Amino acid sequence: MRAFEVLNPGVFTTIQDLGRPGYMKYGIPASGIADRFSGQVANLLVGNPPGAALLEVTLFRLELLALNDLVIAVTGGNLSPTVNRDPLPMWQALPIQKGDRVAFRARKKGFRAYLTVQGGFSGQEFLGSRSVFVRGLMGTPLQAGNILEFEDPEGKSIPQGNFPQEMIPSFSILNPLRVILGPQEERFSPKGIETFLTSEYRVSSQSDRMGYRLEGLAIEHLQGADIISEPISRGAIQVPGDGLPIILLWDAQVSGGYVKIANVITADLDRLAQIMPGQSLRFQSATLEEAHLAWRMEILRFERIKRAIEGHG
Amino acid sequence: MEGSPRILPAGDQAILIEFGLEINPAINRLVQAFARNADQHRIPGIGELIPSYCTLLIYYDPFLLSFSQVEQWARSLFGSNLLEAKISPEVKEIPVVYGGLYGPDIEFVARHNQITAEEVVQLHTRETYLVYVVGFSPGFAAMGTVPSKIRTPRLQTPRIKVPAGSVGIGGIQTGIYAVESPGGWQLIGRTPLTLFDLKRNPPAYFQAGDYARFYPISEEEFEKRRIQESEVIIKNHCKMFN
Repeated sequence: MRAFEVLNPGVFTTIQDLGRPGYMKYGIPASGIADRFSGQVANLLVGNPPGAALLEVTLFRLELLALNDLVIAVTGGNLSPTVNRDPLPMWQALPIQKGDRVAFRARKKGFRAYLTVQGGFSGQEFLGSRSVFVRGLMGTPLQAGNILEFEDPEGKSIPQGNFPQEMIPSFSILNPLRVILGPQEERFSPKGIETFLTSEYRVSSQSDRMGYRLEGLAIEHLQGADIISEPISRGAIQVPGDGLPIILLWDAQVSGGYVKIANVITADLDRLAQIMPGQSLRFQSATLEEAHLAWRMEILRFERIKRAIEGHG
Repeated sequence: MEGSPRILPAGDQAILIEFGLEINPAINRLVQAFARNADQHRIPGIGELIPSYCTLLIYYDPFLLSFSQVEQWARSLFGSNLLEAKISPEVKEIPVVYGGLYGPDIEFVARHNQITAEEVVQLHTRETYLVYVVGFSPGFAAMGTVPSKIRTPRLQTPRIKVPAGSVGIGGIQTGIYAVESPGGWQLIGRTPLTLFDLKRNPPAYFQAGDYARFYPISEEEFEKRRIQESEVIIKNHCKMFN
């Protein structure tokens, strides 16, 4: 069934779900929703499985025309979403009608918003996932005139509960991103490690779903920046010869030949996804135990929210 | 180094095992054998295994496993008779049209080594190569080691677009670009084979640990094979919609 016609594709809008883990050994990154918390909550709000395919909206200008009566939800960064020019309430299920126009007008907070529709977007699957991965020829960003299809929810009702509004992430950029040092921290001078952990880095405009390039003080290597190429884990921070770190993210190449000073912890990746080019960030060293505890808390928080939305809160 | 590979955290959901610090078939076979062995002896919480030249990255679920549990599991596998694990004996034969528009750098490779383009072809097709790694770009297969007379450094400035199927030389390695992508290897030819196809599972033609051998074909043969390949792709595509 037809959900929307794309009137304006916006800066960069893609269909994403939880990605395609399992193909990294063939050179295919897992891709998927960048801010997983926001994306999965959007799906829960309209009664979808948390990993249903949705739209990841970057910045603004996306404009959609509803081709059916739909139930939608918008979460994530506040990009001033509107329905027919009225503000669209975020973080809740919202019925809209055929002919309504949904638009994202200006960035207020965060960088990426998530729009889901009850039933979930359909669209082509590649290797078991609908996540668009442009370099791998798996889909393209939205283009004007595209018709977005969705699965018929077949009269399914929306969940009874509510999203506890105090749980809306602040998308604050004040707190440092926590990192686990390594695997090649011994390839940096103590001064280099100190620079990395104490200075502020600005996200360059050459940043995308592959990675965030950072601008700031160069990090001093001990013996060059090259290693024999090795697999890269999500959130790894490589430092090429110029000393400027690059955080490798959702659509990054699977393998790389630069030394890696640290890796952003999983619990902080959603927050990173909402930092936009031009903004600044800092790093703070964490232990594995702290990282694992933080991740456990994230999972428990999500479970609590899931119960609240489903109405057993 | 052998006997006690290093195990390092790579973030909070993966470990990196270092089997050595060089590109070398013996170390790479060890990585491959270990990866196969680990895959067969998975415990709950172990995720993707991604082998490279001399390292293996293993994802784990920290909700189920701590770093030290993963480390212990990995160490318990070092003891098992790794090298007796099966090594894929299959050699994949790769047709290549050398030179011309298909391999614009073949003359450079020849000049760099003070030999002729014909000799480059002879030397390149002489060896059976081990596929060390798949995946600088989707399906890209890096293999080696090439005879010393055709070793050539990468381009100073990488090309923005390298056509799918291009066969290149990068230092002591040779490799095939499976999809069109940027790239800095010296291009000496092109294969008509489709090396990356999303309708196939796995989508990549090569897997790390495979062996490959190249043989020369003519331009006519290349174009004929290309047409055959596209027919197969179209047929598979139609099947999906019937």
